[in-house]
Amino acid sequence: MLKIDDIHVYRGRTHVLKGVSLHVQQGEIVSLIGGNGAGKTTILRTISGLLRPSRGKIFLKTSKTSGETDISRVPAETITGLGVTHCPEGRGIFSQLSVKENLMIGAYLRKDKEGIADDYARVCALFPILGSRSRQTGGSLSGGEQEMLAVGRALMSRPELLTLDEPSLGLGPIIVDNLFSVLAEINRQGVTLLLVEQNAIKALKLSHRTYVLETGRMALSGLSAALIDNEKVKKAYLGGT
Amino acid sequence: MSGGYIAQQIVNGLILGSMYALVAIGFSMIYGIIRLINFAHGEIIMIGAFLTLGLLQKLQLPFPVAAPLVLIAGAVVGIIIEKGAFRPMRGAPQVTGFIASLGVSIMLQNLGILLLTAQPRNFTFPDYLQSVVQIGLVSFRTIDGVIMASALVLMGGLLFLVHKTRLGMAMRATAENIDVARLMGININRTIMATFAIGSALAAIAGLMWGGKFGQIDPLLGFVPGLKSFVAAVIGGVGSIPGAILGGYILGLSEVLFVGLLPPIYSAFRDAFVFSTLILILLVLPNGILGKKMEDRA
Ligand SMILES: Nc1ncnc2c1ncn2[C@@H]1O[C@H](COP(=O)(O)OP(=O)(O)OP(=O)(O)O)[C@@H](O)[C@H]1O
Ligand SMILES: [Mg+2]
Repeated sequence: MLKIDDIHVYRGRTHVLKGVSLHVQQGEIVSLIGGNGAGKTTILRTISGLLRPSRGKIFLKTSKTSGETDISRVPAETITGLGVTHCPEGRGIFSQLSVKENLMIGAYLRKDKEGIADDYARVCALFPILGSRSRQTGGSLSGGEQEMLAVGRALMSRPELLTLDEPSLGLGPIIVDNLFSVLAEINRQGVTLLLVEQNAIKALKLSHRTYVLETGRMALSGLSAALIDNEKVKKAYLGGT
Repeated sequence: MSGGYIAQQIVNGLILGSMYALVAIGFSMIYGIIRLINFAHGEIIMIGAFLTLGLLQKLQLPFPVAAPLVLIAGAVVGIIIEKGAFRPMRGAPQVTGFIASLGVSIMLQNLGILLLTAQPRNFTFPDYLQSVVQIGLVSFRTIDGVIMASALVLMGGLLFLVHKTRLGMAMRATAENIDVARLMGININRTIMATFAIGSALAAIAGLMWGGKFGQIDPLLGFVPGLKSFVAAVIGGVGSIPGAILGGYILGLSEVLFVGLLPPIYSAFRDAFVFSTLILILLVLPNGILGKKMEDRA
């Protein structure tokens, strides 16, 4: 579904991604872990078109692309329409818009009124709090509620591939458990997930495969079930021995 | 000082306030969406006034035809300025845009002098708009009534557009976070262009009103009302449309009442008064009356 082929990305003058490749297959949950400043956010922002790689290509194949298409030069406002939705770091809730408007703006490019209404009902079923707070402003929600809103908003675009940047950031353990079970549910409903997480153990447990990024290069990759027992991963990311 | 006199002054203040409010809305919207203090915005008033003059007096178009044309032409001018001067600077530090807007402002003023000469021109509306109507204690010309009513209609329409339409939602989202707006599929270039078009259309109509109210126009006329409308936007809370409207009326009313109610020797201080009002309000409410704190956008 997604194939990143040896991309290099600069931010300002910093060479952040130094030849990164990864792929995500349809139906998978793939997680991407790595230390602070490794470049995880940069990868997701490059996929979503907010950043451009100076070299390398990004191939996407969804029901909305004609075959496998290079999206490395496609601007951000067009990517959503190709079936890829990015749930950004820090959630990016529109704090002045109402909860309902935040959800509806997720469906900004869609024209199918009935489908949008169905998805709105589906998101409110998944996160009941959003339905009951629909008239409040996004900014008045708690951190956990905002995360649900961000995920709900992303679902409103009916993504085929959903990329999430540290959804667990700043949330208490119960809410994180809750969120991760919703992510698993979303995946069961057919959405492919690419998940960036600081919470490595959770990410490894949820995902099928995992990539480990270290300062702009892939250090490791493989089945999550195998990496969870890998000594290097344990030492660096799981706080164990 | 009779009650009739005070009522009359209040009406005059509302007329002036209508114009300030319409211009302040554009200031506020443009600042809100790209954090640009657009000093060229006042020049649109001048352009609108001369366009009105041309359409009414040169082309002899009837007023109900000319007014919508001024609205449309104002929008087009706004789009040209955005595309030509501000889009190339998108992403540059805030002060760069500010300087660019000063440049555009000076250029438009000089272009006006070059094409139209600095000579003031008389601005006359058709007789039916000049006729005086007496309502209770207050008398005003039909055009004054048209100014106040059409300002209300335009502001109502704008609030509807911003809060109830897809474009309005895109504008509010872009004003909050450009990157996330793009992730939603919003074409921010189009959204920013629409903001300039709307703000400039309203300023151009304010130019029509300015000519109708004061009867004389010249290529430098936009500067002072532009500056005052900027003050109105800041008083109301820059970035907030209801704030701009409120600020416009507060400023218009207090300016007229200051001049009208105090002894005539003070009337030369009206501008000093306007800016003192600004400073006082900002001392108490640093973000303006309805404003929220807005972070800069580098
Ligand atoms: N706007 C920017 N300008 C210059 N350098 C940047 C910019 N944004 C990020 N960087 C640098 O790029 C590198 C990678 O940043 P990135 O945000 O992708 O890391 P990350 O893996 O997501 O980290 P974290 O886990 O802390 O979110 C960092 O060294 C960072 O300092
Ligand atoms: Mg990050």
